[in-house]
Amino acid sequence: MSDATANSTTSGPGEAQFGDYVALLKPRVMSLVVFTALVGLLVAPVAVPPMIGFTAILFIAIGAGASGALNMWYDADIDGVMKRTARRPVPSGKVAPGEALGLGIALSAMSVAMLGLATNWFAAGLLAFTIFFYAVIYTIWLKRMTPQNIVIGGAAGAFPPMIGWAVATGGVSLESALMFGLIFMWTPPHFWALALFMKSDYHKAKVPMLTVTHGREETRRQILIYTILLVPVAIGAAFTSIGGPLYLAVAVALNAIFLKGAWDIWRRDETVAEADAYATEKKVFRFSLYYLFLHFGALLAEAALRPYGLGGW
Amino acid sequence: MPITETHELHKRRFGRNLGVALCLVGFCAIVFGLTIAKIRQGSQMEAFDHQPRVSITPPVETDQ
Repeated sequence: MSDATANSTTSGPGEAQFGDYVALLKPRVMSLVVFTALVGLLVAPVAVPPMIGFTAILFIAIGAGASGALNMWYDADIDGVMKRTARRPVPSGKVAPGEALGLGIALSAMSVAMLGLATNWFAAGLLAFTIFFYAVIYTIWLKRMTPQNIVIGGAAGAFPPMIGWAVATGGVSLESALMFGLIFMWTPPHFWALALFMKSDYHKAKVPMLTVTHGREETRRQILIYTILLVPVAIGAAFTSIGGPLYLAVAVALNAIFLKGAWDIWRRDETVAEADAYATEKKVFRFSLYYLFLHFGALLAEAALRPYGLGGW
Repeated sequence: MPITETHELHKRRFGRNLGVALCLVGFCAIVFGLTIAKIRQGSQMEAFDHQPRVSITPPVETDQ
């Protein structure tokens, strides 16, 4: 998931304010987590009492925020080098690295324990694994090692609907795996479309990004490959218990447009892209945001229509 | 001894302290709400408390 604009709540230089600690939790990423986890929970076949559902979503969001704080603690050195992230609370000196680490660990433990007590320990275990995956596997281990880091990071962002589903059902199923797959396969084309037109300074921070390590032409090819792989996952969900005619119609339309966009990106080279200021890349990136939101929105609509005999097959 | 003088630090950290206070109050409210929701669901409310209780000990079969 992209958190390109995640630092808007920080205060000016000086002592850390409450907003700086909130900024450590990457609130924009949290908002996507809340939405997808909520959909995962609401489309599940088991009803959850509203208070328990609210608590579950809150602690899933806090768990995701905690992994963001751990990410900011570990990545403070590279965040300080890059213009986009230099104003984050740790590299800007507002929050001490130890504070970010402490907050990350404390909120991780609290969110997992509370989710377990409020719902079930399977969901709590999934949340714990998600935090571990994002903070350790992605941030500490693979982010600085492989240009496929976006793919790996995308897996962490894909877990929330699966956790939401587990909150309701106590397990995983084909449906929750497809919701995971939808976000997982969507992340690379979404992020790499952004990487093509955003002049990032990842190379300065020595983070291997596909655009730098394998070139922009290969990035264009990878966008198309991942989009092709995304299509059956997105449309396949229509034929499970969470899908229906409405979702199918939405998914077919959105995937056709997204595929056309990825095809257009692949067909272009840098000269053409620079000539129109990366118009196609920007368009595809913007569309990718609607793509994910509308897919999950359609799943939610199917679930909402079901009691009236309209949703589902 | 009560603190009667407002230090500059109190003003500077007011926003931060208020935020923490609201989080703690919110947390208490969530635990309370969760407890009510769990009771309404009919969840087991008693657990082991270092002495046997009739409600949580398995029934003993007696020969008649």
